[in-house]
Amino acid sequence: MSETHLPAPSPVETARDGKGAGAAAVAPVRRGLPPAARLAVAGGLAAVAVVCFLFLFIEGSFDFAFERRLTMLGTMLVVAFTQAVGTVVFQTITHNRILTPSIMGFDSVYILMQTLLVSVFGGGVLAATDGMPKLVTQTLLMVGFTMLLFGWLFSGRSGSLHVLLLVGVVLGLAFRSLSDFLQRMLSPAEYDVLSARLFGRLSSAEAAYLPLAGAVCLIVGAVVWQRRYRLDALLLGRDAATNLGISYKRELTVMLLLVSLLIAMSTALAGPMTFFGFVTAMLAHQMSGTHRHAVVLPMAFLIGLITLAGGQFIMEHVFYASGMLTVVIEFVGGAVFLVHLLRKGTL
Amino acid sequence: MIEFTDIRKVYGDDTVLGPVSGRIPAGGVTSLVGPNGAGKSTLLTIIGRLAEPTSGTVTVDGLDVHRAKSQDVARTLSVLRQENHFTARVTVRELVSFGRFPHSRGRLTREDVTHVDDALDFLHLGDLQHRYLDQLSGGQRQRAYVAMVLAQDTRYVLLDEPLNNLDMKHSVRMMAQLRRAADELGKTVVLIVHDINFAAAYSDRIIALRDGRIAASDTVEAMMRAEVLTEVFDTPVRIHEVDGTRTAVYYR
Repeated sequence: MSETHLPAPSPVETARDGKGAGAAAVAPVRRGLPPAARLAVAGGLAAVAVVCFLFLFIEGSFDFAFERRLTMLGTMLVVAFTQAVGTVVFQTITHNRILTPSIMGFDSVYILMQTLLVSVFGGGVLAATDGMPKLVTQTLLMVGFTMLLFGWLFSGRSGSLHVLLLVGVVLGLAFRSLSDFLQRMLSPAEYDVLSARLFGRLSSAEAAYLPLAGAVCLIVGAVVWQRRYRLDALLLGRDAATNLGISYKRELTVMLLLVSLLIAMSTALAGPMTFFGFVTAMLAHQMSGTHRHAVVLPMAFLIGLITLAGGQFIMEHVFYASGMLTVVIEFVGGAVFLVHLLRKGTL
Repeated sequence: MIEFTDIRKVYGDDTVLGPVSGRIPAGGVTSLVGPNGAGKSTLLTIIGRLAEPTSGTVTVDGLDVHRAKSQDVARTLSVLRQENHFTARVTVRELVSFGRFPHSRGRLTREDVTHVDDALDFLHLGDLQHRYLDQLSGGQRQRAYVAMVLAQDTRYVLLDEPLNNLDMKHSVRMMAQLRRAADELGKTVVLIVHDINFAAAYSDRIIALRDGRIAASDTVEAMMRAEVLTEVFDTPVRIHEVDGTRTAVYYR
């Protein structure tokens, strides 16, 4: 941008012959720990958080509490993985560090589905229909919605990501308004049942869903990991990535499909979380000290896990408010999002 | 050899390019010149398969660049656009290492590292290699991009206005380095140049475009004539012999 980083008197000369005395002095020393060590630290912290959450302050029957906590840990693993990986990949392919898949309307589809169920069939339907088929159906519906949106936009003349994002946001708003409208017509009791579903809920996810969710995470994780170098190259943008021999459109489609699968899975399992992914991805980029996805992806997952397990531990045993974690995360995450947006001043 | 046949690019009802056909022989430096909106960038990006032509084909050493496997094309030709926006903060060395992607798919071998070192050396970026791109001046950054495409080690290198934003000194250096890449490394360099005198001083061939057509295409000698340039640029141009080179004068 400018040559102010370079010492006077002759920045260009320094740069040119490459032996200038000043160049070495101002060349930034890569700060801090190497990426592997950073990952190790994050891994250590995550392990501490998980152990604290699982074993400390158990009152009464160990078996009962432990099993319950284990189920919750499973949910945390799935949510941390899906939100972290989904958001990092999404931000890479959209060349944007602010928007997240949730902000693009995933949540609103989920909310609309729940609201429609309650308005049409009454408040009892949510509990009555819980089960594997519903989880799978909801996931597929959300994936279907996004793929329809992506497919339509990428096949058309306006193959622009900005149009896609705009349409996603506008549709999200429309779905939300429709949901709001329907919710106003519910009886207070039904609304109460419904609203419990519209916040992230880590504690009430069914253990029976976890093997399926875990398997999806493993498969998606393997595919993403195998493509981690391609994701690095995608950071350079469409033209530079194409120049490097990446089939840009195909890569984009595969990645968007995986992202929708991850986020839909997470939302169907544990409810909507709008800002959690944003916070983990942002922290992961700052903590990794590199752009390489081989580091950023696991880092984001670990940070997500630390936030959930550590957060739950603190909420339960310090603030005695165990059900509030996702609300707090959303509040803090939303605040961080807003501050980040205001400081950056642009999308 | 680069061969393009009946290339057309149409936006809505507007034909911005073509139909044009032609060939660029292997080796040496070929400059694309022409007034604004002549279709230079469109042609270059279509040859570099960053844009799809509405119709027509491009082959490079027999490889159909729009249909062949993208990875194979990336080992044959590299193309650099004028503007580059990266989401990630990368250092010069990391950027240049990306140039090895078509060969290594991300895992750098010892051979790749050698290529990266050579490219950094070639453009005198050794001491800047651990700087982040946003800590560089425009000229340094431009060199880093060119180093990336050189590290890609392709026979054909296409550059869209590599002199953009460069001052006199850096322009001269950039052109000399590209000339050296053609002479010493055996690359075929195709570039868009705004200044006709720069094109004349460093190229072997000049292709002039105007209104989406090829107006003239020949050796530098044949192209640096008053009537040809006056026609192409739609501006009175006089040619003077300066230090043994034909120089276009058109300022007044």
